[in-house]
Amino acid sequence: MTHFSRRDFIKVAGLSSALLASGHAAARATKPPMGRVVIIGGGYAGATAAKYLRLWSLGAIEVIVVEANQQFVSCPLSNLVLGGSKTINDLTFGYDALKANHGVKWLQDTVTAIDTDAKKISMLRGELSYDRLIVAPGIDFNYDELPMLASAEAQQQVPHAWKAGWQTVNLRKQLEAMADGGVFVMNVPKAPYRCPPGPYERVCQVASYLKLRKPKSKIIVLDANAEIISKKGLFTKVFKENYAGMIDYRPDHSIKGLDLATKTVITDFDNVSADVLNIIPPQRAGKIAQIAHLTEKDYPWCEVDFLSYASKLVEHVHILGDSVAAGLPKSAHMATNQAKVCANAIVQLMAGQLPDPAPVFANTCYSFISDTSAMHVVNVYRYDAGKKMMLSAEGGGVSLSPSEKEAGYAVAWSQNIWADTLT
Amino acid sequence: MKNRQITWFLGLLLTTSLLLPAIGNADEVFVFTAQQNNHIRALAASCAACHGTMGNAVVNKSTTSAASNAQEGNAVLAGMDVADFSSKMLVFRDGSRKSTVMHHHAKGLSLDEIKQLAMHFSQQKRLLVVPFSAQALKAEHDPL
Ligand code: HEC
Repeated sequence: MTHFSRRDFIKVAGLSSALLASGHAAARATKPPMGRVVIIGGGYAGATAAKYLRLWSLGAIEVIVVEANQQFVSCPLSNLVLGGSKTINDLTFGYDALKANHGVKWLQDTVTAIDTDAKKISMLRGELSYDRLIVAPGIDFNYDELPMLASAEAQQQVPHAWKAGWQTVNLRKQLEAMADGGVFVMNVPKAPYRCPPGPYERVCQVASYLKLRKPKSKIIVLDANAEIISKKGLFTKVFKENYAGMIDYRPDHSIKGLDLATKTVITDFDNVSADVLNIIPPQRAGKIAQIAHLTEKDYPWCEVDFLSYASKLVEHVHILGDSVAAGLPKSAHMATNQAKVCANAIVQLMAGQLPDPAPVFANTCYSFISDTSAMHVVNVYRYDAGKKMMLSAEGGGVSLSPSEKEAGYAVAWSQNIWADTLT
Repeated sequence: MKNRQITWFLGLLLTTSLLLPAIGNADEVFVFTAQQNNHIRALAASCAACHGTMGNAVVNKSTTSAASNAQEGNAVLAGMDVADFSSKMLVFRDGSRKSTVMHHHAKGLSLDEIKQLAMHFSQQKRLLVVPFSAQALKAEHDPL
C-alpha cells in the first residue's frame, strides 16, 4: 500500500482547535496531529467522508460527525418498500461499525448555527470548534409554494416519502389501505431534486404492487418538467408495456394548489383527485446550509470548487452531496464520490499540499422497474480545468432494457455501498 | 478482429510497462507514489460502490434467491492479478466482452488510469466481507 507515512503528517504543524464549551464527552479529546474535521450529517456523503478521512490520514485527522438521527436509512431501494419487496427494516443501519472500525467520533445532535469566522458550530447541546468543516445535510423541502403541506399533520396525510424512514412506511400503509380501483396521484418536482430517476422508479414500484393486488387501480403522474428527465426511453417503454393502461403520465404539470381535505391537486390544466396522494416538494440545499449562508440568495444550492468541494463563499467549509450546485445527479453514489474526492483533498490540504488537479469518478443509478427487474444509467465524470466543472466522459449510457440480471447487480451495488459507507 | 489485436497489444504494453522498476532516489519515489496514489486512490474508491472498499466486494454465502444470477455478489478486485485486471478492462473498453455496466466505466478511463488501477488493486489485501446487517427502524427516528 502506498499511503503517506504517519511521520509525514506529524511533521505538519498542528492547527489550533481549542474545544469550546460542550456537554459531549466525545468532544473532549486531545488535539490530534493534523487537526479536526467536523462533519454535519451522517448520510451517504457525511459517513463516507468520515471513514475515508480517517483511512487516508492514517488516523491523523480527528473526525467528529454530528447527526440528528440515531440510525441511517437508505433512500436508494426505499421505493421497493412501496412496491412491497423490501421493508424499511431491510434499509436501516446503525453507525456503530463506522465509529468502532475507524475511530470516528459521533455526536447525536442538531446543528443550529455555524460561525465561519470563529470556526465553530453550535448545536442544541453544545459547541464545537473545527479546522475544517464538512456540511452534508442532504436536501430541505421548500414549502413556499405549498404552504398547506408545511405542517407535520399535513405531511402525515400527504407524505413526501422522499427522505426514507417513517414517511416511506406511511405511504406504503396508505397504498395497502387503498381499495382496488383507487387512484394514486404523485408529482415530480421541477429539477434539480434528489435522485433524478427516483420518481419514475416510484411510479413503476407502485404500479407493480397495484397490478398484482389491485389491478383496477390507476396512477396519475403530474410532472413539473417538460418530460421524463432520466432514462426517458426506458421508462416510457416500461410505462407502456409493463404497466399498460395503468399510468397516466402528464408532463408540464406544476402544482398550483392543493385541497387537503379532498386530496385534490390543482394544476394549470386540470383538478386531479386522489385516494392516495404523494407530493414530493421542490427542494433546496439542507437547512443548515441556508442558515449559514452557504447558498446564494437567488439560487438555493451551494457552489463549490470541484477539486476539494470547498465552498466558493466561505473559507474552511466544504459541502457534499445533494446540497451541492452542479450538473451532477444528486445520487448516493455521487455523494460518496464527492466525499472521497473531498477527503482526499482535505488530507492533502491539511498536509500543506495541493489536491489532485484532475479528479475522475463514476456515477451509477439503478432503477427497479418491478421486484425482479432493474436498469442502470452510468457516467464517468472527469474534471475539466477550463470549465472548472465535472463533465461526462466518453462512454456513458443506460441499459438496453431492464433485466433480472441487473436486479441482481443492483442488489450487489446496494450491499457494497452500504458496507463501504457504514463499516 | 482489429479491435482485438489492438486490445492484445495494449494489454501487453500495460502489463510489461508495470514491471519496469521505479528509478530515482527514495525521496523522488515517495513524491511520485504520493501523487499517483492521490489521483488513483480516489478513482479506485469510486469503484467501491459496486466492488467494495479497496476492492473487497461483499460476498453472499447463500444463493437462495432464484431472482438473479448475480446473487453471489460482484467481483472482488483486491489482490487481482495485474495482467488479468488490465486485459479485462481492455475488453470491456473495446466492447469485445459484453457487459451490463463495465463498458461504460472502462471507456471513460485513460489507459494510464487503467494501468494504475491494475497496480492499485493488485496491492490490496484480500478480505472476506459479508453484507452489513440491517436493523429495525426505531420509533424515535425523525417522523418527517
Ligand atoms: C455500478 C456498479 C459498478 C461499478 C461502479 C464498477 N463496476 Fe466493475 N463490474 C460491475 C459488474 C456488474 C461487473 C460484471 C460485468 C458487467 O455486467 O458489467 C463488473 C466487472 C468488473 C471487472 C471484471 C471482473 C472479472 O473478474 O470478470 C473488473 C476488472 C471491474 N469490474 C473493475 C471495475 C473498476 C476498476 C471500477 C471503477 C473504475 C468498477 N469496476 C466500477 C459493476 C460495477
